[in-house]
Amino acid sequence: MSPAETLTVALTVNGEAVTRDIPARLSLADFLREELRLTGTHLGCEHGVCGACTVLLDGEPVRGCLMLAVQARGRAVTTVEGLAATDGTLTPLQAAFQKHHALQCGFCTPGMLMTATALLAETPHPTADEVRDAISGNICRCTGYVQIVEAVLDAAGTAP
Amino acid sequence: MKAPPFAYAAPSTIAEALALLAAHEDAKVLAGGQSLMPALNLRLAAPSVLVDINGIAELSEVSLTPTELRLGALVRHKRIGTDAAIAGAVPLLGLACPHIAHGPIRSRGTIGGSLSHADPAAEWPAVCLAADAVMEIRGPAGPRHVPAEAFSLGVFTTALRPGELLAAIRFPVARGRAGFAEVARRHGDFAMVGAAVTVELGPDGRCADARVVLFGASDRPIRRRAAEERLRGQAPGAALLREAASLAAEGLDPPSDLHASAEYRRRVAPVMVRRALADALSLPEARLAA
Ligand SMILES: Cc1cc2nc3c(=O)[nH]c(=O)nc-3n(C[C@H](O)[C@H](O)[C@H](O)COP(=O)(O)OP(=O)(O)OC[C@H]3O[C@@H](n4cnc5c(N)ncnc54)[C@H](O)[C@@H]3O)c2cc1C
Ligand code: FES
Ligand code: FES
Repeated sequence: MSPAETLTVALTVNGEAVTRDIPARLSLADFLREELRLTGTHLGCEHGVCGACTVLLDGEPVRGCLMLAVQARGRAVTTVEGLAATDGTLTPLQAAFQKHHALQCGFCTPGMLMTATALLAETPHPTADEVRDAISGNICRCTGYVQIVEAVLDAAGTAP
Repeated sequence: MKAPPFAYAAPSTIAEALALLAAHEDAKVLAGGQSLMPALNLRLAAPSVLVDINGIAELSEVSLTPTELRLGALVRHKRIGTDAAIAGAVPLLGLACPHIAHGPIRSRGTIGGSLSHADPAAEWPAVCLAADAVMEIRGPAGPRHVPAEAFSLGVFTTALRPGELLAAIRFPVARGRAGFAEVARRHGDFAMVGAAVTVELGPDGRCADARVVLFGASDRPIRRRAAEERLRGQAPGAALLREAASLAAEGLDPPSDLHASAEYRRRVAPVMVRRALADALSLPEARLAA
Protein backbone atom coordinates (compact mmCIF):
# COMPACT_ATOMS: atom_id res chain seq x y z
CA MET A 1 0.00 0.00 0.00
CA SER A 2 1.54 3.29 -0.99
CA PRO A 3 0.49 6.64 0.44
CA ALA A 4 -1.75 8.74 -1.79
CA GLU A 5 -2.53 12.46 -1.93
CA THR A 6 -5.95 11.91 -3.51
CA LEU A 7 -8.35 9.20 -2.41
CA THR A 8 -11.85 8.02 -3.13
CA VAL A 9 -14.20 8.16 -0.17
CA ALA A 10 -17.61 6.57 0.15
CA LEU A 11 -19.66 7.36 3.21
CA THR A 12 -23.17 8.13 4.34
CA VAL A 13 -24.11 11.72 5.11
CA ASN A 14 -27.51 12.40 6.64
CA GLY A 15 -28.70 9.03 5.39
CA GLU A 16 -27.51 9.48 1.81
CA ALA A 17 -24.62 7.58 0.27
CA VAL A 18 -21.96 9.85 -1.23
CA THR A 19 -18.75 9.06 -3.10
CA ARG A 20 -16.06 11.61 -3.98
CA ASP A 21 -12.41 11.81 -4.99
CA ILE A 22 -10.78 14.17 -2.51
CA PRO A 23 -7.37 15.34 -1.34
CA ALA A 24 -6.12 13.50 1.76
CA ARG A 25 -5.63 16.74 3.65
CA LEU A 26 -9.30 17.78 3.38
CA SER A 27 -10.93 17.92 6.81
CA LEU A 28 -14.33 16.36 7.34
CA ALA A 29 -15.78 19.82 8.01
CA ASP A 30 -14.40 21.23 4.74
CA PHE A 31 -15.63 18.15 2.89
CA LEU A 32 -19.14 18.71 4.20
CA ARG A 33 -19.09 22.44 3.48
CA GLU A 34 -17.23 22.58 0.19
CA GLU A 35 -17.83 19.25 -1.52
CA LEU A 36 -21.38 18.66 -0.30
CA ARG A 37 -22.38 22.32 0.24
CA LEU A 38 -23.67 21.44 3.69
CA THR A 39 -22.69 24.78 5.18
CA GLY A 40 -24.60 24.29 8.42
CA THR A 41 -21.42 22.86 9.93
CA HIS A 42 -19.53 25.98 10.97
CA LEU A 43 -15.81 26.54 11.32
CA GLY A 44 -14.64 28.88 14.05
CA CYS A 45 -11.15 27.96 15.18
CA GLU A 46 -10.09 24.89 13.19
CA HIS A 47 -8.14 23.58 16.14
CA GLY A 48 -10.73 21.89 18.28
CA VAL A 49 -11.51 24.63 20.77
CA CYS A 50 -14.81 26.25 19.73
CA GLY A 51 -17.02 23.25 18.94
CA ALA A 52 -18.87 24.95 16.07
CA CYS A 53 -17.86 22.14 13.68
CA THR A 54 -19.20 19.30 15.85
CA VAL A 55 -20.96 16.58 13.83
CA LEU A 56 -21.98 13.01 14.63
CA LEU A 57 -19.86 10.10 13.43
CA ASP A 58 -21.87 6.89 13.80
CA GLY A 59 -23.86 8.79 16.43
CA GLU A 60 -20.85 10.03 18.42
CA PRO A 61 -20.00 13.73 18.55
CA VAL A 62 -16.65 14.58 16.93
CA ARG A 63 -14.85 17.71 15.79
CA GLY A 64 -15.25 18.04 12.03
CA CYS A 65 -12.11 20.17 11.90
CA LEU A 66 -9.95 17.53 13.64
CA MET A 67 -10.77 14.61 11.40
CA LEU A 68 -9.82 13.98 7.83
CA ALA A 69 -12.66 13.32 5.44
CA VAL A 70 -10.88 10.15 4.30
CA GLN A 71 -11.12 8.86 7.86
CA ALA A 72 -14.92 8.88 7.57
CA ARG A 73 -14.82 6.19 4.86
CA GLY A 74 -17.60 3.70 5.42
CA ARG A 75 -19.02 5.67 8.33
CA ALA A 76 -22.30 7.51 8.83
CA VAL A 77 -22.04 11.26 9.39
CA THR A 78 -24.91 13.38 10.64
CA THR A 79 -24.85 17.17 10.35
CA VAL A 80 -27.29 19.82 11.53
CA GLU A 81 -29.02 19.56 8.14
CA GLY A 82 -29.84 15.95 9.01
CA LEU A 83 -31.78 16.73 12.19
CA ALA A 84 -35.13 18.11 11.00
CA ALA A 85 -37.53 15.89 9.05
CA THR A 86 -37.61 16.33 5.26
CA ASP A 87 -40.82 18.36 5.57
CA GLY A 88 -38.98 20.78 7.86
CA THR A 89 -40.47 19.56 11.14
CA LEU A 90 -37.94 20.39 13.82
CA THR A 91 -36.68 17.84 16.34
CA PRO A 92 -37.89 18.47 19.91
CA LEU A 93 -34.42 19.81 20.68
CA GLN A 94 -34.46 22.26 17.79
CA ALA A 95 -37.98 23.36 18.73
CA ALA A 96 -36.83 23.90 22.31
CA PHE A 97 -33.91 26.05 21.09
CA GLN A 98 -36.42 28.19 19.22
CA LYS A 99 -38.82 28.40 22.16
CA HIS A 100 -36.12 29.32 24.71
CA HIS A 101 -34.22 31.75 22.47
CA ALA A 102 -31.18 29.51 22.81
CA LEU A 103 -29.50 31.27 19.89
CA GLN A 104 -28.76 34.80 18.89
CA CYS A 105 -26.29 35.02 16.01
CA GLY A 106 -26.53 31.26 15.48
CA PHE A 107 -22.88 30.64 14.80
CA CYS A 108 -22.46 28.13 17.61
CA THR A 109 -25.91 26.60 17.16
CA PRO A 110 -25.12 23.70 14.80
CA GLY A 111 -22.36 22.51 17.13
CA MET A 112 -24.57 22.98 20.19
CA LEU A 113 -27.41 21.04 18.57
CA MET A 114 -25.19 18.15 17.50
CA THR A 115 -23.49 17.96 20.90
CA ALA A 116 -26.82 18.07 22.73
CA THR A 117 -28.39 15.56 20.33
CA ALA A 118 -25.60 13.12 21.20
CA LEU A 119 -26.03 13.83 24.90
CA LEU A 120 -29.77 13.11 24.80
CA ALA A 121 -29.22 9.90 22.85
CA GLU A 122 -26.86 8.65 25.55
CA THR A 123 -28.50 10.31 28.57
CA PRO A 124 -32.19 10.95 27.80
CA HIS A 125 -32.83 12.76 31.10
CA PRO A 126 -29.69 14.71 31.97
CA THR A 127 -29.34 17.01 34.95
CA ALA A 128 -28.46 20.67 34.40
CA ASP A 129 -24.88 19.84 35.44
CA GLU A 130 -24.67 17.06 32.88
CA VAL A 131 -25.91 19.43 30.18
CA ARG A 132 -23.33 22.05 31.16
CA ASP A 133 -20.60 19.43 31.14
CA ALA A 134 -21.67 18.16 27.72
CA ILE A 135 -21.61 21.62 26.12
CA SER A 136 -18.46 22.71 27.96
CA GLY A 137 -16.49 22.30 24.74
CA ASN A 138 -18.82 24.54 22.73
CA ILE A 139 -18.21 28.26 22.86
CA CYS A 140 -21.10 30.72 22.50
CA ARG A 141 -20.27 34.41 22.33
CA CYS A 142 -23.88 35.58 22.54
CA THR A 143 -26.30 33.78 24.81
CA GLY A 144 -24.49 33.30 28.09
CA TYR A 145 -25.47 29.61 27.82
CA VAL A 146 -28.40 29.83 30.25
CA GLN A 147 -31.10 29.52 27.59
CA ILE A 148 -29.17 26.74 25.86
CA VAL A 149 -29.13 24.69 29.05
CA GLU A 150 -32.85 25.43 29.57
CA ALA A 151 -33.65 24.36 26.02
CA VAL A 152 -31.81 21.05 26.34
CA LEU A 153 -33.50 20.32 29.67
CA ASP A 154 -36.91 21.20 28.21
CA ALA A 155 -36.34 18.92 25.21
CA ALA A 156 -35.39 16.15 27.63
CA GLY A 157 -38.55 16.70 29.63
CA THR A 158 -36.42 17.61 32.65
CA ALA A 159 -37.94 20.92 33.70
CA PRO A 160 -35.19 23.48 34.41
CA MET B 1 -6.09 27.45 8.60
CA LYS B 2 -6.02 24.26 6.61
CA ALA B 3 -3.59 21.38 6.79
CA PRO B 4 -0.70 21.44 4.29
CA PRO B 5 -0.77 18.74 1.59
CA PHE B 6 0.43 15.25 2.51
CA ALA B 7 0.00 11.72 1.30
CA TYR B 8 -2.09 9.33 3.37
CA ALA B 9 -1.98 5.63 4.06
CA ALA B 10 -4.16 3.51 6.32
CA PRO B 11 -2.41 0.22 7.11
CA SER B 12 -4.34 -2.60 8.77
CA THR B 13 -1.45 -4.26 10.61
CA ILE B 14 1.38 -3.06 12.83
CA ALA B 15 3.90 -4.59 10.40
CA GLU B 16 2.50 -2.52 7.52
CA ALA B 17 2.55 0.62 9.65
CA LEU B 18 6.19 0.04 10.59
CA ALA B 19 7.10 -0.56 6.95
CA LEU B 20 5.45 2.75 5.99
CA LEU B 21 7.25 4.60 8.76
CA ALA B 22 10.55 3.06 7.64
CA ALA B 23 9.96 3.99 4.00
CA HIS B 24 9.06 7.63 4.67
CA GLU B 25 11.44 9.41 6.95
CA ASP B 26 9.24 12.33 7.90
CA ALA B 27 6.03 10.32 8.11
CA LYS B 28 3.81 10.92 11.13
CA VAL B 29 1.47 8.55 12.88
CA LEU B 30 -2.16 9.70 12.97
CA ALA B 31 -4.09 8.31 15.95
CA GLY B 32 -7.05 10.30 17.34
CA GLY B 33 -5.83 13.41 15.54
CA GLN B 34 -6.84 15.63 18.47
CA SER B 35 -3.31 17.05 18.83
CA LEU B 36 -1.88 16.31 15.39
CA MET B 37 -4.74 17.84 13.39
CA PRO B 38 -4.54 21.18 15.26
CA ALA B 39 -0.77 21.15 14.62
CA LEU B 40 -1.36 20.50 10.91
CA ASN B 41 -4.11 23.13 10.68
CA LEU B 42 -1.87 25.67 12.39
CA ARG B 43 0.97 24.59 10.08
CA LEU B 44 3.17 23.71 13.03
CA ALA B 45 3.74 20.32 11.43
CA ALA B 46 4.09 19.46 7.75
CA PRO B 47 4.85 15.74 7.36
CA SER B 48 4.95 14.39 3.82
CA VAL B 49 3.07 11.23 4.81
CA LEU B 50 0.44 10.46 7.44
CA VAL B 51 0.19 6.86 8.59
CA ASP B 52 -3.33 6.47 9.96
CA ILE B 53 -3.28 3.67 12.54
CA ASN B 54 -7.04 3.72 13.22
CA GLY B 55 -7.57 0.65 11.03
CA ILE B 56 -5.20 -1.56 13.04
CA ALA B 57 -7.65 -3.60 15.10
CA GLU B 58 -5.17 -5.00 17.62
CA LEU B 59 -4.24 -1.48 18.75
CA SER B 60 -7.76 -1.01 20.15
CA GLU B 61 -7.71 -4.14 22.27
CA VAL B 62 -8.21 -4.09 26.02
CA SER B 63 -7.25 -7.11 28.09
CA LEU B 64 -7.46 -7.67 31.80
CA THR B 65 -5.96 -10.44 33.93
CA PRO B 66 -6.04 -10.58 37.74
CA THR B 67 -2.69 -8.78 37.80
CA GLU B 68 -2.48 -6.68 34.64
CA LEU B 69 -4.52 -4.28 32.54
CA ARG B 70 -3.27 -3.85 28.99
CA LEU B 71 -4.66 -1.00 26.91
CA GLY B 72 -3.91 -0.88 23.19
CA ALA B 73 -2.46 2.51 22.22
CA LEU B 74 -5.58 3.32 20.22
CA VAL B 75 -8.01 2.92 23.11
CA ARG B 76 -9.92 6.19 23.19
CA HIS B 77 -10.28 8.49 26.18
CA LYS B 78 -14.02 7.99 26.11
CA ARG B 79 -13.77 4.23 26.50
CA ILE B 80 -11.34 4.58 29.38
CA GLY B 81 -13.78 6.91 31.11
CA THR B 82 -16.84 4.76 30.60
CA ASP B 83 -15.63 1.13 30.82
CA ALA B 84 -16.14 0.14 34.46
CA ALA B 85 -13.67 -2.75 34.18
CA ILE B 86 -10.86 -0.36 33.22
CA ALA B 87 -11.49 2.04 36.10
CA GLY B 88 -12.01 -0.95 38.38
CA ALA B 89 -8.55 -2.28 37.59
CA VAL B 90 -6.72 1.06 37.65
CA PRO B 91 -8.90 3.65 39.42
CA LEU B 92 -6.62 6.57 38.49
CA LEU B 93 -7.63 6.14 34.85
CA GLY B 94 -11.29 6.67 35.73
CA LEU B 95 -10.54 9.59 38.07
CA ALA B 96 -8.43 11.49 35.54
CA CYS B 97 -10.48 10.95 32.39
CA PRO B 98 -13.25 13.53 32.95
CA HIS B 99 -10.56 16.22 33.20
CA ILE B 100 -9.34 15.55 29.65
CA ALA B 101 -10.81 17.99 27.16
CA HIS B 102 -14.50 17.62 26.22
CA GLY B 103 -16.80 14.83 25.03
CA PRO B 104 -16.26 15.25 21.28
CA ILE B 105 -12.47 15.25 21.80
CA ARG B 106 -12.60 12.26 24.13
CA SER B 107 -14.53 10.30 21.53
CA ARG B 108 -11.51 10.48 19.16
CA GLY B 109 -8.41 11.07 21.28
CA THR B 110 -6.38 8.01 22.29
CA ILE B 111 -4.21 7.17 25.29
CA GLY B 112 -1.29 6.26 23.04
CA GLY B 113 -1.60 9.57 21.20
CA SER B 114 -1.60 11.53 24.42
CA LEU B 115 1.48 9.67 25.70
CA SER B 116 3.33 10.05 22.38
CA HIS B 117 2.44 13.73 22.16
CA ALA B 118 3.82 14.29 25.69
CA ASP B 119 2.26 17.59 26.67
CA PRO B 120 3.68 18.31 30.16
CA ALA B 121 0.18 19.22 31.37
CA ALA B 122 -1.54 16.11 29.99
CA GLU B 123 -3.26 13.71 32.37
CA TRP B 124 -2.36 10.29 30.91
CA PRO B 125 1.42 10.57 31.19
CA ALA B 126 1.03 11.52 34.87
CA VAL B 127 -1.44 8.72 35.50
CA CYS B 128 0.90 6.21 33.83
CA LEU B 129 3.77 7.34 36.03
CA ALA B 130 1.71 7.17 39.23
CA ALA B 131 0.20 3.81 38.26
CA ASP B 132 3.61 2.32 37.39
CA ALA B 133 2.72 1.62 33.75
CA VAL B 134 5.05 0.20 31.13
CA MET B 135 5.00 1.23 27.47
CA GLU B 136 5.04 -1.50 24.89
CA ILE B 137 6.85 -0.19 21.83
CA ARG B 138 7.16 -1.80 18.41
CA GLY B 139 9.80 -0.73 15.93
CA PRO B 140 12.20 -1.75 13.21
CA ALA B 141 14.55 -3.21 15.85
CA GLY B 142 11.77 -5.32 17.39
CA PRO B 143 9.60 -4.83 20.45
CA ARG B 144 10.82 -3.16 23.63
CA HIS B 145 9.33 -2.15 26.95
CA VAL B 146 9.91 1.23 28.58
CA PRO B 147 8.63 2.17 32.05
CA ALA B 148 6.61 5.39 32.21
CA GLU B 149 9.36 7.26 34.02
CA ALA B 150 11.83 6.61 31.19
CA PHE B 151 9.23 7.30 28.49
CA SER B 152 8.27 10.95 29.12
CA LEU B 153 11.49 12.88 28.53
CA GLY B 154 10.42 16.50 28.20
CA VAL B 155 8.07 18.91 26.44
CA PHE B 156 6.66 16.95 23.47
CA THR B 157 9.59 14.53 23.85
CA THR B 158 9.46 10.80 24.54
CA ALA B 159 11.69 7.75 24.35
CA LEU B 160 10.05 6.81 21.00
CA ARG B 161 12.71 6.55 18.30
CA PRO B 162 12.11 7.37 14.65
CA GLY B 163 10.04 4.66 13.01
CA GLU B 164 8.67 3.33 16.29
CA LEU B 165 5.06 2.91 17.30
CA LEU B 166 3.64 2.89 20.80
CA ALA B 167 1.56 -0.29 20.71
CA ALA B 168 0.13 -0.70 24.20
CA ILE B 169 0.33 0.38 27.80
CA ARG B 170 0.53 -2.20 30.60
CA PHE B 171 -0.67 -1.36 34.10
CA PRO B 172 -0.34 -3.51 37.18
CA VAL B 173 -3.85 -3.94 38.62
CA ALA B 174 -3.98 -1.42 41.47
CA ARG B 175 -3.78 -2.85 44.98
CA GLY B 176 -4.24 0.40 46.82
CA ARG B 177 -6.10 3.67 46.68
CA ALA B 178 -5.84 6.52 44.22
CA GLY B 179 -6.43 10.25 44.17
CA PHE B 180 -6.38 12.88 41.46
CA ALA B 181 -6.69 16.67 41.53
CA GLU B 182 -5.97 19.44 39.06
CA VAL B 183 -6.65 23.09 38.52
CA ALA B 184 -7.44 24.39 35.03
CA ARG B 185 -8.70 27.72 33.74
CA ARG B 186 -11.94 26.11 32.61
CA HIS B 187 -13.10 22.54 32.99
CA GLY B 188 -11.60 20.54 30.10
CA ASP B 189 -8.67 22.86 29.54
CA PHE B 190 -5.16 21.56 30.02
CA ALA B 191 -4.25 21.68 33.70
CA MET B 192 -2.10 24.48 35.07
CA VAL B 193 -0.97 22.02 37.74
CA GLY B 194 -2.24 18.65 38.84
CA ALA B 195 -1.40 15.69 41.05
CA ALA B 196 -1.96 11.95 40.66
CA VAL B 197 -1.27 9.74 43.67
CA THR B 198 -1.54 6.12 44.69
CA VAL B 199 -1.34 4.89 48.28
CA GLU B 200 -1.24 1.37 49.63
CA LEU B 201 -2.29 0.92 53.21
CA GLY B 202 -0.83 -1.94 55.23
CA PRO B 203 -2.87 -4.16 57.56
CA ASP B 204 -1.93 -1.77 60.39
CA GLY B 205 -3.58 1.12 58.56
CA ARG B 206 -0.25 2.81 57.87
CA CYS B 207 0.95 3.80 54.41
CA ALA B 208 2.90 0.84 53.10
CA ASP B 209 3.72 2.50 49.82
CA ALA B 210 2.87 5.70 47.94
CA ARG B 211 3.54 7.32 44.62
CA VAL B 212 3.11 11.07 44.28
CA VAL B 213 3.21 12.59 40.80
CA LEU B 214 2.90 16.23 39.77
CA PHE B 215 2.15 17.36 36.23
CA GLY B 216 2.09 20.79 34.65
CA ALA B 217 4.80 21.68 37.16
CA SER B 218 7.82 20.75 35.06
CA ASP B 219 8.69 19.78 31.49
CA ARG B 220 7.22 16.30 32.17
CA PRO B 221 5.28 14.56 34.91
CA ILE B 222 7.55 14.05 37.91
CA ARG B 223 7.56 11.73 40.91
CA ARG B 224 8.04 13.45 44.23
CA ARG B 225 10.07 10.91 46.12
CA ALA B 226 10.61 12.96 49.26
CA ALA B 227 6.85 13.12 49.72
CA GLU B 228 6.51 9.39 49.08
CA GLU B 229 9.24 8.71 51.63
CA ARG B 230 7.51 10.89 54.20
CA LEU B 231 4.27 8.92 53.85
CA ARG B 232 5.81 5.48 54.08
CA GLY B 233 5.24 3.73 57.40
CA GLN B 234 3.06 6.55 58.73
CA ALA B 235 -0.56 6.60 59.81
CA PRO B 236 -2.52 8.92 57.51
CA GLY B 237 -3.77 12.18 58.98
CA ALA B 238 -4.23 15.82 57.98
CA ALA B 239 -0.86 16.92 59.38
CA LEU B 240 1.03 14.14 57.60
CA LEU B 241 -0.65 15.02 54.31
CA ARG B 242 0.30 18.68 54.69
CA GLU B 243 3.91 17.75 55.32
CA ALA B 244 4.04 15.37 52.39
CA ALA B 245 2.45 18.01 50.17
CA SER B 246 4.99 20.67 51.05
CA LEU B 247 7.81 18.18 50.48
CA ALA B 248 6.30 17.47 47.06
CA ALA B 249 6.56 21.14 46.16
CA GLU B 250 10.14 21.59 47.38
CA GLY B 251 12.64 22.48 44.69
CA LEU B 252 10.02 22.84 41.97
CA ASP B 253 10.94 25.04 39.02
CA PRO B 254 7.68 25.24 37.11
CA PRO B 255 7.22 27.07 33.81
CA SER B 256 5.55 30.46 33.43
CA ASP B 257 3.19 30.87 30.50
CA LEU B 258 0.01 32.49 29.31
CA HIS B 259 -2.07 30.30 31.60
CA ALA B 260 -0.23 30.65 34.90
CA SER B 261 2.93 32.10 36.39
CA ALA B 262 5.64 29.88 37.85
CA GLU B 263 4.85 31.37 41.25
CA TYR B 264 1.19 30.42 41.00
CA ARG B 265 2.06 26.89 39.99
CA ARG B 266 4.53 26.56 42.85
CA ARG B 267 1.85 27.75 45.24
CA VAL B 268 -0.89 25.49 43.94
CA ALA B 269 1.17 22.31 43.47
CA PRO B 270 1.19 21.30 47.15
CA VAL B 271 -2.54 22.02 47.39
CA MET B 272 -3.18 19.60 44.53
CA VAL B 273 -1.01 16.95 46.21
CA ARG B 274 -2.82 17.41 49.51
CA ARG B 275 -6.24 17.15 47.87
CA ALA B 276 -5.30 14.09 45.83
CA LEU B 277 -3.93 12.37 48.95
CA ALA B 278 -6.97 13.38 51.00
CA ASP B 279 -9.28 11.90 48.37
CA ALA B 280 -7.21 8.73 48.10
CA LEU B 281 -7.30 8.25 51.86
CA SER B 282 -10.92 9.37 52.32
CA LEU B 283 -9.89 12.18 54.67
CA PRO B 284 -12.15 15.04 53.51
CA GLU B 285 -11.03 17.29 56.37
CA ALA B 286 -7.46 17.07 55.09
CA ARG B 287 -8.60 18.69 51.83
CA LEU B 288 -9.15 21.97 53.64
CA ALA B 289 -6.35 24.45 54.14
CA ALA B 290 -4.62 24.46 57.52
C1 LIG C 1 -9.58 21.59 22.66
C2 LIG C 1 -8.69 20.50 23.14
C3 LIG C 1 -8.50 20.32 24.50
C4 LIG C 1 -7.68 19.32 24.96
N1 LIG C 1 -7.52 19.18 26.31
C5 LIG C 1 -6.72 18.21 26.78
C6 LIG C 1 -6.53 18.03 28.17
O1 LIG C 1 -7.11 18.72 29.00
N2 LIG C 1 -5.69 17.05 28.58
C7 LIG C 1 -5.03 16.23 27.69
O2 LIG C 1 -4.30 15.36 28.11
N3 LIG C 1 -5.21 16.35 26.37
C8 LIG C 1 -6.04 17.32 25.90
N4 LIG C 1 -6.20 17.45 24.54
C9 LIG C 1 -5.41 16.58 23.65
C10 LIG C 1 -6.08 15.24 23.46
O3 LIG C 1 -6.09 14.49 24.65
C11 LIG C 1 -5.40 14.40 22.38
O4 LIG C 1 -6.28 13.36 22.13
C12 LIG C 1 -4.06 13.79 22.72
O5 LIG C 1 -3.14 14.75 23.16
C13 LIG C 1 -3.43 13.14 21.49
O6 LIG C 1 -4.01 11.91 21.24
P1 LIG C 1 -4.50 11.56 19.77
O7 LIG C 1 -4.87 10.13 19.81
O8 LIG C 1 -5.54 12.51 19.37
O9 LIG C 1 -3.15 11.69 18.96
P2 LIG C 1 -2.77 12.39 17.56
O10 LIG C 1 -3.20 13.81 17.57
O11 LIG C 1 -3.22 11.55 16.45
O12 LIG C 1 -1.18 12.29 17.67
C14 LIG C 1 -0.42 13.08 18.56
C15 LIG C 1 1.06 12.83 18.33
O13 LIG C 1 1.44 11.52 18.76
C16 LIG C 1 1.91 10.72 17.68
N5 LIG C 1 1.31 9.39 17.88
C17 LIG C 1 -0.02 9.13 18.10
N6 LIG C 1 -0.20 7.82 18.37
C18 LIG C 1 1.02 7.24 18.31
C19 LIG C 1 1.48 5.90 18.53
N7 LIG C 1 0.62 4.91 18.87
N8 LIG C 1 2.80 5.64 18.40
C20 LIG C 1 3.67 6.65 18.09
N9 LIG C 1 3.31 7.93 17.89
C21 LIG C 1 1.98 8.23 18.00
C22 LIG C 1 1.46 11.44 16.43
O14 LIG C 1 2.34 11.20 15.36
C23 LIG C 1 1.48 12.88 16.87
O15 LIG C 1 2.78 13.39 16.81
C24 LIG C 1 -7.03 18.44 24.05
C25 LIG C 1 -7.23 18.60 22.68
C26 LIG C 1 -8.04 19.61 22.22
C27 LIG C 1 -8.24 19.77 20.74
S1 FES D 1 -13.78 24.78 14.15
FE1 FES D 1 -13.61 22.81 14.96
S2 FES D 1 -13.61 23.18 17.07
FE2 FES D 1 -13.54 25.19 16.27
S1 FES E 1 -25.56 32.36 19.40
FE1 FES E 1 -23.90 33.57 18.74
S2 FES E 1 -22.24 32.32 19.28
FE2 FES E 1 -23.85 31.31 20.21
